[in-house]
Amino acid sequence: MTEYVFDPADRAIIIATQGGLPLVPRPYHAVADQVGLPAEEVMARLQAMMTAGIIRRIGAVPNHYAIGWTANGMTVWDVADERIDPLGRQVGALDCVTHCYRRPRALPAWPYNLFAMVHGSSREEVLAKAETIRSLLGDACRASDVLFSTRILKKSGLRIG
Amino acid sequence: MRERPAVDLDAIDRRIIDTLQGGFPVSEAPYAEAAAALGIREEELLARLQGLLDTKVLTRFGPMVQIERLGGAFVLAALVVPEARYEAVTAAVNAFPEVAHNYRREHALNMWFVLATETPDGIPAAIAKIEAATGLPVHAFPKEAEYFVEMKLESRV
Repeated sequence: MTEYVFDPADRAIIIATQGGLPLVPRPYHAVADQVGLPAEEVMARLQAMMTAGIIRRIGAVPNHYAIGWTANGMTVWDVADERIDPLGRQVGALDCVTHCYRRPRALPAWPYNLFAMVHGSSREEVLAKAETIRSLLGDACRASDVLFSTRILKKSGLRIG
Repeated sequence: MRERPAVDLDAIDRRIIDTLQGGFPVSEAPYAEAAAALGIREEELLARLQGLLDTKVLTRFGPMVQIERLGGAFVLAALVVPEARYEAVTAAVNAFPEVAHNYRREHALNMWFVLATETPDGIPAAIAKIEAATGLPVHAFPKEAEYFVEMKLESRV
C-alpha cells in the first residue's frame, strides 16, 4: 500500500464530507467552496485517498433493518488458539458473514475469541447460518453464542475533527 | 422492538441502494453519471437519495473513511447496562463523538458500540470518559486479526 501523506487539506475535505456528500449537481465543487480549494484539487485528493485506502469507498450506507435484513446476529466462538487463524479466514469467506475478527477473550465471563457478524431476514436464517459456521469449526470450537441486536442505538459512522 | 421504518421501496430505490454502495464517481457531475447508469434523470436520483436519507433507509451518503490508515483506531466495546438505566446510559454513550455506532444486543453485555478515534491513545481516553459518564466498566475487545470485512448487502424488500 502506498504511503500517503495525509495533510490538513485532506483532513478538511474529510471533515466537510463526513456528514455526507452534498446532494447538489456538482457536489465536489460545493465541498471545494466549503474548504477553500479548487474543485479539481478536491477531486484529485479524494481519488488519491481512495487509491491509498484512506477512503474505503464513496456511496450509500443503508440501514440494514430498512432494507430487509431485520435479523443481525453477532456470532461468537471459543476457538482453539492454535487453529483460529486458518479457521477464521474460512469463516470470513462464507457468503453470510460480513465481518470476521479475532478478539481477546475476557475470562471467565467471555470465553469467545472469534467474532463473525451474520445478517438475515429472520432469526431462523441467522441461526441456520450460524450452524454452517459451527460445522466448519468442528471440534476446534468449545463454546459459542449468538447475540442478536434488537435496536440500533446509534449509527453515525466515523467522526473526526 | 425493531427500528424498521415503514417505508415502501420501489424497484428504482432498490437499484439505487444495491448499486450505489460504492463506486460513486469522482467527477464534475457524478449524480448525473450515476443516474444515467441507472436509467433515470439526475434530479430524480437527487430527490430519491434525499428521500432515502429522510426516511432513514440510508444512514448516510458519502465517503467512508478507513481510520486505521490515518493512524487512528477502532475498538469494539461493551457494557452491562442495568435495564432501569438503559435509556440514560444510551444517551450518555451516544453523546460521545468517538462512538461511531451502538447496538442493543441480547446478552448480559447488552450494549455494544464501536469507538473510532484519530489516534490509538484516543481509545483509552474515550473509555475513561464513558466509564466516568456512566459509572459502568467498559469491556474492550480490540481486534487482533481481521479475517474479512465487506459490509455491502443487497436490499431484500
